[in-house]
Amino acid sequence: MLQLGVAEPMRECEYSQISTRSSTPMETPYKKRTPKKRKWQAFPGRNKFYCNGRIMMARQTGVFYLTLVLILITSGLFFTFDCPFLSVQLTPAIPVIGGVLFVFVLGTLFRTSFSDPGVLPRATPDEAADLERQIDVANGSSSGYRPPPRTKEVVINGQTVKLKYCFTCKIFRPPRASHCSLCDNCVERFDHHCPWVGNCVGKRNYRFFYMFILSLSFLTIFIFAFVITHVILRSHRQGFLNTLKDTPASVLEVVVCFFSVWSIVGLSGFHTYLISSNQTTNEDIKGSWSSKRGKDNYNPYSHGNIFTNCCAALCGPLPPSLIDRRGFVQSDTPQPTPPTNGITMYGSTQSQSHMAAATPLMQSEPVILTDEASLPGRTSLGGPCSGALPLGGQPTPPTSTPNLSCDNGMLPTRNDHSEAHHHMDGVHHHFLTPEEAPSPPGMLPCGSPLGHSHTIQGFYNPASQDSLHEDSVRGLVKLSSV
Amino acid sequence: MSLEEWTHSLQDMRQQAAIAAKVFIQRDYTNGTVCQFQTKFPSELETRIDKQQFEETVRTLNNLYAEAEKLGGSSYLEGCLACLTAYTIFLCMETHYEKVLKKIAKFIQEQNDKIYAPRGLLLTDPIERGLRVVEVTIFEDRSLGR
Repeated sequence: MLQLGVAEPMRECEYSQISTRSSTPMETPYKKRTPKKRKWQAFPGRNKFYCNGRIMMARQTGVFYLTLVLILITSGLFFTFDCPFLSVQLTPAIPVIGGVLFVFVLGTLFRTSFSDPGVLPRATPDEAADLERQIDVANGSSSGYRPPPRTKEVVINGQTVKLKYCFTCKIFRPPRASHCSLCDNCVERFDHHCPWVGNCVGKRNYRFFYMFILSLSFLTIFIFAFVITHVILRSHRQGFLNTLKDTPASVLEVVVCFFSVWSIVGLSGFHTYLISSNQTTNEDIKGSWSSKRGKDNYNPYSHGNIFTNCCAALCGPLPPSLIDRRGFVQSDTPQPTPPTNGITMYGSTQSQSHMAAATPLMQSEPVILTDEASLPGRTSLGGPCSGALPLGGQPTPPTSTPNLSCDNGMLPTRNDHSEAHHHMDGVHHHFLTPEEAPSPPGMLPCGSPLGHSHTIQGFYNPASQDSLHEDSVRGLVKLSSV
Repeated sequence: MSLEEWTHSLQDMRQQAAIAAKVFIQRDYTNGTVCQFQTKFPSELETRIDKQQFEETVRTLNNLYAEAEKLGGSSYLEGCLACLTAYTIFLCMETHYEKVLKKIAKFIQEQNDKIYAPRGLLLTDPIERGLRVVEVTIFEDRSLGR
């Protein structure tokens, strides 16, 4: 009965002969035994995967291991040298609390470092072609030089937000998303790229990152306070010099904690402010929602009150990963038919591991990669937290990006010229971004390429307001000079 | 043929039947970053499906995604519980979002079976496209008199 009911409507549209048999794997048991690739093996971004796709990190993980080593050594020394004395003299609760904090710190660190920050998968060839077509129609462009940068405006809760087109991922970035040049991925609700955790901080791991720096602040202060207590108590009995001879490790711990406290506590304070106002580091630094930009400028994403913002950021629903890392790569090859009734045709979709060659745009991708490789300085620009700045993002050629432009009019024209120059060369748009990255107009008041720390400081000053802000900003500057 | 087999043959059709075109329903960001799709009826589908029907499908999808991302007592509770158990609870339990995603997958399957496949269309679950678009595949229609 069901058969009949289902077969009837199908006769209205007749399809070409369908053979369901040949596609079942059971029919071809011993043919084409090509091992199936997992999607993480064909992932186009610059990420490293471990444990068969379960763990995902950025390419440069050296600083992450440094973080881990610092935490392990300092805590290890604390538990070995200071805790025995303190648990006897004061209370055994000290090593217990210390232990809990330590476990929490490591747990949140691993969770931040190993999880997908919210990477947006790149557009399939069909999608990219469709978007291209729409943009061409909108621009009414003819062949020749490339049309102007692609942006789409959308009104969100009363504020006009510009959505930029990402040339690498071939999508219009959702609001608050940004492209991380270090990882070569668009990340949702991009906060910054943190080398200390060896990963981007985005929508999916922001709460873990926050809990990591918060718990690390507590741990650092905790260790600092109790090591000092230990040294003082011992000095009462034995004298200072003897104490130093007995527990030389304490000196090391104090030094490490002293320097860490400033940056980490400052960073925690900064992120507490960001969470309560529902902003990302990216937005805060660009001053996207600052009232200085205009009278009616406000943050359209804020829920209105601090409590809701905090709850939403920390306890809200955790979105799933959009990149299916452990799934298997399918080789999808549908047969296109010749165009009929003027319906646009799409090239046959290749397997996801080969996203090239379906559109002319993509053919230039291999060229881009080699070119970026030849500019090693660019990718490691500003090292840590460069992703925090629009530097790290992939700005579209800034002819129409108000948040990047300076007040002085000279810079936009300079960029226009460079853009036209690139157009004339027939060079892919993407080439602009490594060029633009070191000296986007908003960053450099005088428009000349400066050293990393200069660049960043030159930009930070307008952004920092209260002292808390400044402390954390200095912390970021310090991090960037690493 | 059972319903499952028929649905599977439908998926196979995707690879073997002729694809005339693909339409992409983009995201609607007017309410912020929540996952919503535009309900505007694309012109390519005018000859294939009723506008009301299509808009109804997209609206239901939007409601389902809104349910997944809803901030409320239950989601906060889940978040706090997860934090307290150091997120190990998700080794045995699914997040609320994942549960709703399963609902959505079922809904799309249902819609395809009942409404879209008979008209030579196929909806692709947005999660397979990174929640960027709803991909509607239009199959070539070779029936007589069309």
